[in-house]
Amino acid sequence: MSNSPPATEAAEVIRIRNVEKIFEVGEVKVRALRGIDLTISQGEFVAIMGPSGSGKSTLLNILGCLDRPTSGEYFLGGEDVAQMDDDTLSTIRGKRLGFIFQSYNLIAQLTVLENIQVPLIYQQEDLEEHKERCIELGNLVGLDDRLDHRPNQLSGGQQQRVAIARSLVNEPLMILADEPTGNLDSQTEIEVLQIIDDLNKKGRTIVLVTHDDIVSHHAHRVIHMKDGRIDREVINSNPGIRS
Amino acid sequence: MISSHFLNTVQLGIKSLLLHKLRSGLTMLGIIFGVCSVIAMLAIGEGASYEAQERIKRLGSENIIVNSIKPPEDNQQNASGRSFSVEYGITYKDVTRIQDTIPGVERVVPMRIIRENIRFDRSQESGQVIGTLPAYSLVQNVDLVAGRFLTPTDERFQRNVCVITEDLVRKLFPYQDPLKSSVRVKESYYDVVGVVDETGTAEQRPQMGDSQGEAVDNNIYIPLSTARSRFGEMLVKRSSGSMSAERVELHRLIIRMTNPKAVISGEQQIQHLLNHFHNKKDFELIVPLQLLREAEATKRMFNVVLGSIAAISLLVGGIGIMNIMLATVTERTREIGVRRALGAKRKDIIVQFLIETIVLSIGGGIIGVLLGIIVPLCVSYFTDMKTIITAWSVFLAFGISGLTGIIFGIYPASQAAKLDPIDALRQE
Repeated sequence: MSNSPPATEAAEVIRIRNVEKIFEVGEVKVRALRGIDLTISQGEFVAIMGPSGSGKSTLLNILGCLDRPTSGEYFLGGEDVAQMDDDTLSTIRGKRLGFIFQSYNLIAQLTVLENIQVPLIYQQEDLEEHKERCIELGNLVGLDDRLDHRPNQLSGGQQQRVAIARSLVNEPLMILADEPTGNLDSQTEIEVLQIIDDLNKKGRTIVLVTHDDIVSHHAHRVIHMKDGRIDREVINSNPGIRS
Repeated sequence: MISSHFLNTVQLGIKSLLLHKLRSGLTMLGIIFGVCSVIAMLAIGEGASYEAQERIKRLGSENIIVNSIKPPEDNQQNASGRSFSVEYGITYKDVTRIQDTIPGVERVVPMRIIRENIRFDRSQESGQVIGTLPAYSLVQNVDLVAGRFLTPTDERFQRNVCVITEDLVRKLFPYQDPLKSSVRVKESYYDVVGVVDETGTAEQRPQMGDSQGEAVDNNIYIPLSTARSRFGEMLVKRSSGSMSAERVELHRLIIRMTNPKAVISGEQQIQHLLNHFHNKKDFELIVPLQLLREAEATKRMFNVVLGSIAAISLLVGGIGIMNIMLATVTERTREIGVRRALGAKRKDIIVQFLIETIVLSIGGGIIGVLLGIIVPLCVSYFTDMKTIITAWSVFLAFGISGLTGIIFGIYPASQAAKLDPIDALRQE
């Protein structure tokens, strides 16, 4: 890691040490992660790649505090979250993390604006107080005229943009994106990646899982995984759009 | 802030339910019918028992009524086809005996009740000619509409006067003033001296469950002495070719006791006294006070039965809700996962689903209450049944429906909260 990314001296967002994850399926033990060490700093754009079964989803779940490692250390923003209880992890997710999913995962019965507000509800925030900001986020992703639409009235790309706005509403430490363009056509893919790039340029830390080289090209650093281990890391000297 | 958060959750619950309008509606049906049937059944039951109680109260709670009844063995003799003259019932001597020996008796009003045709001009109505004393108006609620009731002078001089019911006035005197007219019964004319409203008196329904109720509103009251001299004591009945005659001195006694306590002891003493002088069972005692107590006891039992039926129907409704909510949880696993990822705690998920079930059951409860109020009103409107919607039945039904929502919502909600966020997100 001698060839450091621009944000060398920036604060650590993630530091994991020797993380293992073992799933017990009946009698069989599956070692999904076999000792991962990873540090991600403030403002970085990291892509995690690897074939299916390589453990990248498991790693993302642990990074997203959706799952706990079987062993090892995980510091998120300096806080030890490796063995926190369910409620505390929920709070961490709600306060410090933003999620973007492959299948958008908007809530069908809510409008665009309400979907953006969902994370605030669970932080007991006053929705009226933050309404302005939510509308701004809607504008940011270019949905200002569709704030009262339902998800089923939007195209895939538009839905994913709502999801991006939603991931930003709680001012997260880091955004975790799981195949964010996996369900999109190439044109919308470019648009969505553009938004993610812009966010990163404004200082957002982004961790993205993909198996698409074009997508990973946008990242500063690409981590390749294989058999539950980090296989190699590639530093992108010139990240950006290469369509 | 907490309350606005709560309102948000309720709003969200309603939105989720509106997403599947048909399903939510069908789910609510169970509760709707449950609540509606509780209120409607209790209203009808309450109305029925109220009517019964009112009828009994009209008889007078301080009264004991003795009716002459034809002893059963006489019916068998009649069946042989020969004509008979049977003698039965309460006698004038009985009146004296009761008056003289039973403690607590205020007064005894004897009555003769004869079914006859009552005529005026060319119209006629079948009705009851009731010979009684002026004191009748003291033991029954006689509501005088016009003129006067019978007087001691009428009685003493066996006057041919009568007091007729308002119903009869309507039928016989559509245009004329009854007080200036006379009605004819058999061969005699009686001057109408008064009109009474019968709805408040026992004569409207002379016996409990009288099946020949159609003519009983047509009553005329004449002095007892007049009745005795005009009709005699022998009543001849013609029925399908055979003739039978009955000799009955008095058809009914209304015994007014001084207080309700005397009613209970008086009943046994009168029973005893009459048994002593009557070797056939040719009389019956009706104690309105006792009937009232029995009616109250029946009503309590009725309420318990209705309550159980209602509880079962609400239980079924509740299970229906639980069933649907479990299906909903399975269907919305993904949504639960997303919410968990976005920071919802298990508690938040429980609250969300619980509120949905409560909204369902309370919504059903509200519709049920409305229907439960409308149904008895319709029943009252289309039939002559009286219905009384009691406030407590509405609260009870509504309360139980809300409770059902909570009880049957807990299990699906906890199932929803139990889901692991990763598994929930992975669900397609």
